[in-house]
Amino acid sequence: MAKTIRVNETPLVLYTLRRADDALILGHRLSEWCGHAPMMEEDMALANMALDLIGQARSLYTYAGEAEGGGRTEDDFAYWRDERGYRNVLLVEQQNGDFARTILRQFLYAHFADLYWRAMMASKDATLAAIAAKSEKEMAYHVRHAGEWVIRLGDGTAESHARIAAALEDLWPYTGELFEMDASEKALVDAGIAVDLSALRERWRANVKAVLDEATLTTPADGWMQKGGRTGIHSEHLGHLLAELQHVQHTIPGAVW
Amino acid sequence: MSEGREERPMPASFPPAGNEPLLARARAVAATVCDPEIPVLSIEDLGVLRDVTCSADGSIEVVITPTYSGCPAMNMIALELEIALEKAGFDRVRVTTVLSPAWTTDWMSEEGRRKLKAYGIAPPSEKRAGRGALFGADEVTCPRCGSANTVRLAEFGSTSCKALWRCQDCREPFDYFKCH
Repeated sequence: MAKTIRVNETPLVLYTLRRADDALILGHRLSEWCGHAPMMEEDMALANMALDLIGQARSLYTYAGEAEGGGRTEDDFAYWRDERGYRNVLLVEQQNGDFARTILRQFLYAHFADLYWRAMMASKDATLAAIAAKSEKEMAYHVRHAGEWVIRLGDGTAESHARIAAALEDLWPYTGELFEMDASEKALVDAGIAVDLSALRERWRANVKAVLDEATLTTPADGWMQKGGRTGIHSEHLGHLLAELQHVQHTIPGAVW
Repeated sequence: MSEGREERPMPASFPPAGNEPLLARARAVAATVCDPEIPVLSIEDLGVLRDVTCSADGSIEVVITPTYSGCPAMNMIALELEIALEKAGFDRVRVTTVLSPAWTTDWMSEEGRRKLKAYGIAPPSEKRAGRGALFGADEVTCPRCGSANTVRLAEFGSTSCKALWRCQDCREPFDYFKCH
Protein backbone atom coordinates (compact mmCIF):
# COMPACT_ATOMS: atom_id res chain seq x y z
CA MET A 1 0.00 0.00 0.00
CA ALA A 2 1.24 3.45 -0.89
CA LYS A 3 2.31 5.60 2.02
CA THR A 4 2.78 9.25 2.82
CA ILE A 5 5.72 10.62 0.86
CA ARG A 6 8.61 12.69 2.10
CA VAL A 7 9.43 15.32 -0.49
CA ASN A 8 13.00 16.41 -1.13
CA GLU A 9 12.23 20.11 -0.76
CA THR A 10 14.95 21.86 -2.69
CA PRO A 11 14.25 25.61 -2.95
CA LEU A 12 12.69 25.23 -6.41
CA VAL A 13 10.56 22.21 -5.40
CA LEU A 14 9.37 23.97 -2.25
CA TYR A 15 8.61 27.17 -4.15
CA THR A 16 6.61 25.32 -6.78
CA LEU A 17 4.72 23.24 -4.21
CA ARG A 18 3.71 26.36 -2.26
CA ARG A 19 2.04 27.82 -5.35
CA ALA A 20 0.55 24.48 -6.35
CA ASP A 21 -0.90 23.92 -2.88
CA ASP A 22 -2.48 27.40 -2.83
CA ALA A 23 -4.21 26.61 -6.12
CA LEU A 24 -5.30 23.07 -5.26
CA ILE A 25 -6.69 23.87 -1.82
CA LEU A 26 -8.60 26.95 -2.99
CA GLY A 27 -9.83 25.02 -6.03
CA HIS A 28 -11.06 22.24 -3.74
CA ARG A 29 -12.82 24.73 -1.47
CA LEU A 30 -14.62 26.29 -4.45
CA SER A 31 -15.60 22.85 -5.74
CA GLU A 32 -17.44 22.26 -2.44
CA TRP A 33 -20.03 24.75 -3.69
CA CYS A 34 -20.91 22.60 -6.68
CA GLY A 35 -24.65 21.99 -6.47
CA HIS A 36 -25.05 24.37 -3.49
CA ALA A 37 -24.55 27.89 -4.86
CA PRO A 38 -27.34 30.45 -4.43
CA MET A 39 -28.11 30.43 -8.16
CA MET A 40 -27.29 28.38 -11.22
CA GLU A 41 -24.98 30.99 -12.76
CA GLU A 42 -22.89 31.17 -9.60
CA ASP A 43 -22.78 27.41 -9.30
CA MET A 44 -21.20 27.34 -12.74
CA ALA A 45 -18.91 30.29 -12.02
CA LEU A 46 -17.51 28.75 -8.83
CA ALA A 47 -17.03 25.37 -10.51
CA ASN A 48 -15.31 27.06 -13.47
CA MET A 49 -12.92 28.92 -11.17
CA ALA A 50 -12.26 25.72 -9.24
CA LEU A 51 -11.34 24.07 -12.53
CA ASP A 52 -8.93 26.90 -13.42
CA LEU A 53 -7.19 26.58 -10.07
CA ILE A 54 -6.99 22.79 -10.12
CA GLY A 55 -5.61 23.02 -13.66
CA GLN A 56 -2.93 25.44 -12.51
CA ALA A 57 -2.14 23.13 -9.59
CA ARG A 58 -1.73 20.16 -11.95
CA SER A 59 0.82 21.99 -14.09
CA LEU A 60 2.71 23.11 -11.00
CA TYR A 61 2.73 19.66 -9.35
CA THR A 62 3.94 18.09 -12.58
CA TYR A 63 6.79 20.59 -12.66
CA ALA A 64 7.58 20.01 -8.97
CA GLY A 65 7.93 16.33 -9.82
CA GLU A 66 10.35 17.12 -12.64
CA ALA A 67 12.31 19.53 -10.43
CA GLU A 68 12.55 16.96 -7.65
CA GLY A 69 13.79 14.42 -10.17
CA GLY A 70 12.40 11.37 -8.38
CA GLY A 71 9.69 10.45 -10.86
CA ARG A 72 6.81 11.72 -8.71
CA THR A 73 3.58 12.71 -10.41
CA GLU A 74 0.95 15.33 -9.69
CA ASP A 75 -1.13 12.68 -7.92
CA ASP A 76 1.71 11.75 -5.54
CA PHE A 77 1.89 15.33 -4.27
CA ALA A 78 -1.87 15.81 -4.03
CA TYR A 79 -2.80 12.48 -2.45
CA TRP A 80 0.23 11.30 -0.53
CA ARG A 81 1.32 14.22 1.61
CA ASP A 82 -0.30 14.73 4.97
CA GLU A 83 -1.43 18.02 6.46
CA ARG A 84 2.05 18.95 7.69
CA GLY A 85 3.45 18.36 4.21
CA TYR A 86 1.15 20.95 2.62
CA ARG A 87 2.64 24.41 2.01
CA ASN A 88 -0.38 26.56 1.16
CA VAL A 89 -1.22 29.85 2.87
CA LEU A 90 -3.84 29.63 5.60
CA LEU A 91 -6.21 31.93 3.72
CA VAL A 92 -7.13 29.37 1.07
CA GLU A 93 -7.96 26.58 3.53
CA GLN A 94 -10.42 28.70 5.52
CA GLN A 95 -13.94 27.33 5.36
CA ASN A 96 -16.39 28.57 2.76
CA GLY A 97 -18.86 29.96 5.27
CA ASP A 98 -21.64 31.83 3.51
CA PHE A 99 -21.47 33.05 -0.10
CA ALA A 100 -20.10 36.46 0.99
CA ARG A 101 -17.21 34.84 2.83
CA THR A 102 -16.32 32.61 -0.12
CA ILE A 103 -16.39 35.61 -2.47
CA LEU A 104 -14.31 37.76 -0.15
CA ARG A 105 -11.66 35.00 0.21
CA GLN A 106 -11.63 34.65 -3.58
CA PHE A 107 -11.35 38.41 -3.99
CA LEU A 108 -8.32 38.70 -1.69
CA TYR A 109 -6.53 35.75 -3.29
CA ALA A 110 -7.38 36.60 -6.91
CA HIS A 111 -6.02 40.13 -6.59
CA PHE A 112 -2.80 38.67 -5.23
CA ALA A 113 -2.55 35.90 -7.84
CA ASP A 114 -3.30 38.34 -10.65
CA LEU A 115 -0.29 40.53 -9.77
CA TYR A 116 1.85 37.53 -8.87
CA TRP A 117 1.39 35.59 -12.12
CA ARG A 118 1.80 38.68 -14.25
CA ALA A 119 5.16 39.33 -12.56
CA MET A 120 6.12 35.65 -12.86
CA MET A 121 5.80 35.80 -16.65
CA ALA A 122 9.28 37.35 -16.55
CA SER A 123 10.74 34.47 -14.50
CA LYS A 124 14.00 33.01 -15.81
CA ASP A 125 12.46 29.58 -15.21
CA ALA A 126 10.82 28.84 -18.57
CA THR A 127 8.25 26.40 -17.17
CA LEU A 128 7.11 28.68 -14.36
CA ALA A 129 6.92 31.57 -16.84
CA ALA A 130 4.76 29.44 -19.16
CA ILE A 131 2.42 28.45 -16.30
CA ALA A 132 2.29 32.14 -15.29
CA ALA A 133 1.26 33.23 -18.78
CA LYS A 134 -1.71 30.84 -18.71
CA SER A 135 -2.67 31.55 -15.10
CA GLU A 136 -2.65 35.33 -15.32
CA LYS A 137 -5.30 35.30 -18.03
CA GLU A 138 -7.49 33.03 -15.92
CA MET A 139 -7.04 35.08 -12.74
CA ALA A 140 -8.12 38.22 -14.58
CA TYR A 141 -11.63 36.71 -14.83
CA HIS A 142 -11.59 35.74 -11.14
CA VAL A 143 -10.64 39.32 -10.20
CA ARG A 144 -13.48 40.77 -12.20
CA HIS A 145 -16.06 38.24 -11.01
CA ALA A 146 -15.16 38.54 -7.31
CA GLY A 147 -14.95 42.35 -7.48
CA GLU A 148 -18.43 42.65 -8.98
CA TRP A 149 -19.84 40.55 -6.13
CA VAL A 150 -17.93 42.41 -3.42
CA ILE A 151 -19.48 45.66 -4.67
CA ARG A 152 -22.94 44.11 -5.03
CA LEU A 153 -22.87 42.67 -1.51
CA GLY A 154 -21.06 45.54 0.22
CA ASP A 155 -23.24 48.21 -1.37
CA GLY A 156 -26.34 46.03 -1.20
CA THR A 157 -28.71 45.43 1.69
CA ALA A 158 -27.94 45.88 5.37
CA GLU A 159 -27.79 42.08 5.62
CA SER A 160 -25.39 41.55 2.70
CA HIS A 161 -23.19 44.44 3.88
CA ALA A 162 -22.99 43.04 7.40
CA ARG A 163 -22.05 39.59 6.11
CA ILE A 164 -19.26 40.67 3.79
CA ALA A 165 -17.95 43.20 6.33
CA ALA A 166 -17.68 40.41 8.90
CA ALA A 167 -15.85 38.21 6.37
CA LEU A 168 -13.45 41.05 5.61
CA GLU A 169 -12.66 41.56 9.27
CA ASP A 170 -12.12 37.82 9.86
CA LEU A 171 -10.05 37.10 6.76
CA TRP A 172 -7.84 40.19 6.64
CA PRO A 173 -5.35 38.78 9.21
CA TYR A 174 -4.68 35.96 6.72
CA THR A 175 -3.49 38.30 3.96
CA GLY A 176 -0.02 39.03 5.38
CA GLU A 177 1.11 35.48 4.66
CA LEU A 178 0.56 35.99 0.92
CA PHE A 179 3.60 38.28 0.89
CA GLU A 180 5.80 36.24 3.20
CA MET A 181 9.23 35.19 1.91
CA ASP A 182 11.82 33.03 3.65
CA ALA A 183 15.55 32.74 2.92
CA SER A 184 15.07 30.00 0.33
CA GLU A 185 12.59 32.15 -1.61
CA LYS A 186 14.78 35.23 -1.41
CA ALA A 187 17.60 33.25 -3.01
CA LEU A 188 15.26 32.38 -5.90
CA VAL A 189 14.33 36.06 -6.21
CA ASP A 190 18.03 36.91 -6.51
CA ALA A 191 18.38 34.23 -9.18
CA GLY A 192 15.57 35.81 -11.22
CA ILE A 193 13.31 32.76 -10.80
CA ALA A 194 10.92 34.03 -8.12
CA VAL A 195 9.10 37.33 -7.66
CA ASP A 196 9.88 39.76 -4.85
CA LEU A 197 6.51 39.60 -3.10
CA SER A 198 7.15 42.68 -0.96
CA ALA A 199 7.19 44.71 -4.18
CA LEU A 200 3.61 43.61 -4.95
CA ARG A 201 2.08 44.44 -1.59
CA GLU A 202 1.33 48.15 -2.08
CA ARG A 203 -0.24 47.59 -5.46
CA TRP A 204 -2.31 44.73 -4.08
CA ARG A 205 -3.54 46.93 -1.27
CA ALA A 206 -4.39 49.77 -3.67
CA ASN A 207 -6.27 47.45 -6.05
CA VAL A 208 -8.21 45.83 -3.21
CA LYS A 209 -8.98 49.17 -1.58
CA ALA A 210 -10.37 50.66 -4.79
CA VAL A 211 -13.01 47.92 -4.92
CA LEU A 212 -13.72 47.98 -1.18
CA ASP A 213 -14.25 51.75 -1.36
CA GLU A 214 -16.80 51.29 -4.11
CA ALA A 215 -18.42 48.57 -2.01
CA THR A 216 -18.72 51.02 0.93
CA LEU A 217 -16.44 48.76 2.97
CA THR A 218 -13.54 49.97 5.09
CA THR A 219 -10.14 48.51 4.24
CA PRO A 220 -8.77 47.16 7.53
CA ALA A 221 -5.44 48.32 8.89
CA ASP A 222 -2.65 45.73 8.83
CA GLY A 223 -2.34 44.46 12.38
CA TRP A 224 -1.21 41.11 13.72
CA MET A 225 -1.13 38.54 10.92
CA GLN A 226 -1.71 34.77 10.93
CA LYS A 227 1.03 32.60 9.50
CA GLY A 228 2.38 29.06 9.44
CA GLY A 229 1.00 27.52 6.27
CA ARG A 230 4.21 27.92 4.27
CA THR A 231 6.02 25.70 6.79
CA GLY A 232 3.20 23.19 7.23
CA ILE A 233 1.60 24.61 10.40
CA HIS A 234 -2.06 24.79 9.44
CA SER A 235 -5.41 25.75 10.92
CA GLU A 236 -7.71 22.95 12.05
CA HIS A 237 -9.60 23.10 8.73
CA LEU A 238 -6.99 21.66 6.37
CA GLY A 239 -6.98 18.17 7.87
CA HIS A 240 -10.72 17.81 7.31
CA LEU A 241 -10.40 19.08 3.75
CA LEU A 242 -7.60 16.59 2.99
CA ALA A 243 -9.57 13.74 4.53
CA GLU A 244 -12.17 14.29 1.83
CA LEU A 245 -9.73 15.09 -0.98
CA GLN A 246 -7.57 12.01 -0.31
CA HIS A 247 -10.19 9.54 0.90
CA VAL A 248 -10.59 7.48 -2.28
CA GLN A 249 -6.85 7.16 -2.96
CA HIS A 250 -6.18 6.15 0.64
CA THR A 251 -8.95 3.55 0.55
CA ILE A 252 -8.11 2.16 -2.90
CA PRO A 253 -4.53 3.26 -3.68
CA GLY A 254 -3.93 3.80 -7.37
CA ALA A 255 -7.62 3.89 -8.25
CA VAL A 256 -8.24 5.58 -11.61
CA TRP A 257 -11.36 6.83 -13.37
CA MET B 1 4.63 18.36 -19.96
CA SER B 2 7.48 19.47 -22.14
CA GLU B 3 8.40 23.11 -22.38
CA GLY B 4 10.28 25.33 -24.73
CA ARG B 5 9.56 23.12 -27.68
CA GLU B 6 9.55 26.11 -30.02
CA GLU B 7 13.22 26.72 -29.29
CA ARG B 8 14.28 23.13 -29.83
CA PRO B 9 16.41 22.87 -32.96
CA MET B 10 15.11 20.50 -35.57
CA PRO B 11 17.31 17.46 -36.21
CA ALA B 12 19.50 17.81 -39.28
CA SER B 13 17.53 15.11 -41.04
CA PHE B 14 14.23 16.98 -40.70
CA PRO B 15 11.98 16.43 -42.47
CA PRO B 16 13.16 12.87 -42.92
CA ALA B 17 13.64 12.13 -46.57
CA GLY B 18 10.74 10.18 -48.00
CA ASN B 19 8.44 10.82 -45.03
CA GLU B 20 6.71 13.93 -46.38
CA PRO B 21 3.63 12.08 -47.62
CA LEU B 22 3.42 10.28 -44.27
CA LEU B 23 3.66 13.57 -42.41
CA ALA B 24 1.06 15.24 -44.61
CA ARG B 25 -1.31 12.34 -44.01
CA ALA B 26 -0.73 12.43 -40.23
CA ARG B 27 -1.38 16.17 -40.18
CA ALA B 28 -4.60 15.71 -42.13
CA VAL B 29 -5.80 12.99 -39.75
CA ALA B 30 -4.89 15.01 -36.62
CA ALA B 31 -6.79 18.00 -38.01
CA THR B 32 -10.01 15.97 -38.18
CA VAL B 33 -10.22 15.53 -34.40
CA CYS B 34 -12.94 17.70 -32.90
CA ASP B 35 -13.34 19.43 -29.57
CA PRO B 36 -15.58 17.08 -27.54
CA GLU B 37 -17.39 20.06 -25.95
CA ILE B 38 -17.92 21.98 -29.20
CA PRO B 39 -18.05 19.19 -31.80
CA VAL B 40 -18.51 21.63 -34.67
CA LEU B 41 -14.91 22.84 -34.25
CA SER B 42 -11.82 20.83 -35.08
CA ILE B 43 -8.78 21.23 -32.85
CA GLU B 44 -7.14 22.93 -35.83
CA ASP B 45 -9.98 25.51 -36.05
CA LEU B 46 -9.52 26.16 -32.33
CA GLY B 47 -5.76 26.60 -32.51
CA VAL B 48 -5.30 23.76 -30.00
CA LEU B 49 -3.35 21.69 -32.55
CA ARG B 50 0.12 23.26 -32.58
CA ASP B 51 2.31 20.89 -34.54
CA VAL B 52 2.63 17.42 -36.05
CA THR B 53 6.06 15.93 -36.64
CA CYS B 54 7.32 12.66 -38.02
CA SER B 55 10.65 11.21 -36.97
CA ALA B 56 12.96 9.10 -39.12
CA ASP B 57 11.50 5.84 -37.81
CA GLY B 58 8.00 6.91 -38.84
CA SER B 59 6.67 7.64 -35.36
CA ILE B 60 4.36 10.62 -35.08
CA GLU B 61 4.37 13.33 -32.45
CA VAL B 62 1.35 15.58 -32.10
CA VAL B 63 1.68 18.76 -30.05
CA ILE B 64 -1.40 20.33 -28.48
CA THR B 65 -1.96 23.22 -26.07
CA PRO B 66 -4.84 23.67 -23.62
CA THR B 67 -7.29 26.56 -23.95
CA TYR B 68 -7.54 26.94 -20.15
CA SER B 69 -5.27 25.25 -17.55
CA GLY B 70 -8.09 23.10 -16.24
CA CYS B 71 -9.73 22.26 -19.55
CA PRO B 72 -11.10 18.74 -19.01
CA ALA B 73 -11.29 18.16 -22.77
CA MET B 74 -7.51 17.81 -23.08
CA ASN B 75 -7.38 14.15 -21.98
CA MET B 76 -10.21 13.37 -24.37
CA ILE B 77 -8.53 15.18 -27.25
CA ALA B 78 -5.25 13.33 -26.65
CA LEU B 79 -7.11 10.00 -26.61
CA GLU B 80 -9.05 10.82 -29.77
CA LEU B 81 -5.85 11.82 -31.54
CA GLU B 82 -4.30 8.47 -30.69
CA ILE B 83 -7.39 6.59 -31.84
CA ALA B 84 -7.74 8.57 -35.09
CA LEU B 85 -4.08 8.11 -36.00
CA GLU B 86 -4.12 4.45 -35.07
CA LYS B 87 -7.15 3.87 -37.29
CA ALA B 88 -5.24 5.58 -40.11
CA GLY B 89 -2.40 3.10 -39.68
CA PHE B 90 0.01 5.02 -37.45
CA ASP B 91 0.98 2.68 -34.66
CA ARG B 92 3.59 4.83 -32.92
CA VAL B 93 1.94 8.05 -31.81
CA ARG B 94 2.86 10.40 -28.99
CA VAL B 95 0.73 13.34 -27.92
CA THR B 96 2.59 16.12 -26.10
CA THR B 97 1.06 19.08 -24.30
CA VAL B 98 2.81 22.45 -24.27
CA LEU B 99 1.78 25.57 -22.34
CA SER B 100 3.94 28.12 -24.10
CA PRO B 101 3.09 30.24 -25.94
CA ALA B 102 -0.23 30.54 -24.09
CA TRP B 103 -3.29 29.77 -26.21
CA THR B 104 -5.30 32.74 -27.38
CA THR B 105 -8.58 33.09 -29.26
CA ASP B 106 -6.57 35.00 -31.89
CA TRP B 107 -5.51 31.57 -33.13
CA MET B 108 -9.05 30.59 -34.00
CA SER B 109 -9.41 30.34 -37.75
CA GLU B 110 -11.90 32.41 -39.74
CA GLU B 111 -13.50 29.13 -40.71
CA GLY B 112 -13.75 28.28 -37.01
CA ARG B 113 -15.47 31.60 -36.25
CA ARG B 114 -17.94 31.03 -39.06
CA LYS B 115 -18.71 27.49 -37.88
CA LEU B 116 -19.17 28.64 -34.27
CA LYS B 117 -21.67 31.30 -35.29
CA ALA B 118 -23.62 28.87 -37.47
CA TYR B 119 -23.71 26.50 -34.47
CA GLY B 120 -25.30 29.20 -32.29
CA ILE B 121 -22.24 30.31 -30.32
CA ALA B 122 -21.08 33.92 -30.70
CA PRO B 123 -17.43 33.87 -31.78
CA PRO B 124 -14.84 35.90 -29.82
CA SER B 125 -14.93 39.66 -30.47
CA GLU B 126 -12.66 41.14 -33.12
CA LYS B 127 -8.98 40.48 -32.63
CA ARG B 128 -7.28 42.71 -30.12
CA ALA B 129 -3.74 42.44 -28.89
CA GLY B 130 -2.68 41.87 -25.32
CA ARG B 131 -4.49 41.78 -22.02
CA GLY B 132 -7.00 44.42 -23.11
CA ALA B 133 -8.55 41.73 -25.28
CA LEU B 134 -9.89 40.05 -22.14
CA PHE B 135 -11.72 43.07 -20.85
CA GLY B 136 -12.35 45.59 -23.55
CA ALA B 137 -15.96 46.62 -23.83
CA ASP B 138 -17.15 43.39 -25.42
CA GLU B 139 -19.29 43.92 -28.48
CA VAL B 140 -21.06 40.66 -28.83
CA THR B 141 -23.49 40.06 -31.66
CA CYS B 142 -26.40 37.67 -31.28
CA PRO B 143 -25.61 34.56 -33.34
CA ARG B 144 -29.31 34.08 -34.12
CA CYS B 145 -30.65 37.48 -35.20
CA GLY B 146 -27.42 39.48 -35.60
CA SER B 147 -28.45 42.22 -33.15
CA ALA B 148 -25.69 44.01 -31.22
CA ASN B 149 -28.19 44.81 -28.46
CA THR B 150 -26.96 42.06 -26.13
CA VAL B 151 -26.21 41.76 -22.43
CA ARG B 152 -23.98 39.48 -20.38
CA LEU B 153 -25.88 37.22 -17.99
CA ALA B 154 -22.90 35.40 -16.47
CA GLU B 155 -19.13 35.58 -16.77
CA PHE B 156 -18.81 31.81 -16.71
CA GLY B 157 -20.73 29.43 -18.92
CA SER B 158 -21.11 25.74 -19.64
CA THR B 159 -17.37 25.38 -20.33
CA SER B 160 -14.30 27.38 -19.28
CA CYS B 161 -14.08 29.11 -22.64
CA LYS B 162 -17.65 30.42 -22.75
CA ALA B 163 -19.82 33.06 -21.07
CA LEU B 164 -23.62 33.29 -21.04
CA TRP B 165 -25.24 36.22 -22.86
CA ARG B 166 -28.75 37.20 -23.93
CA CYS B 167 -30.06 39.10 -26.93
CA GLN B 168 -32.30 42.01 -25.91
CA ASP B 169 -34.05 41.97 -29.28
CA CYS B 170 -34.88 38.33 -30.00
CA ARG B 171 -34.64 37.50 -26.25
CA GLU B 172 -32.65 34.32 -26.90
CA PRO B 173 -29.93 33.42 -24.42
CA PHE B 174 -26.72 32.26 -26.11
CA ASP B 175 -23.16 31.17 -25.42
CA TYR B 176 -20.33 33.58 -26.18
CA PHE B 177 -16.85 32.20 -26.80
CA LYS B 178 -14.77 34.52 -24.57
CA CYS B 179 -11.81 36.52 -25.83
CA HIS B 180 -8.73 35.06 -24.22
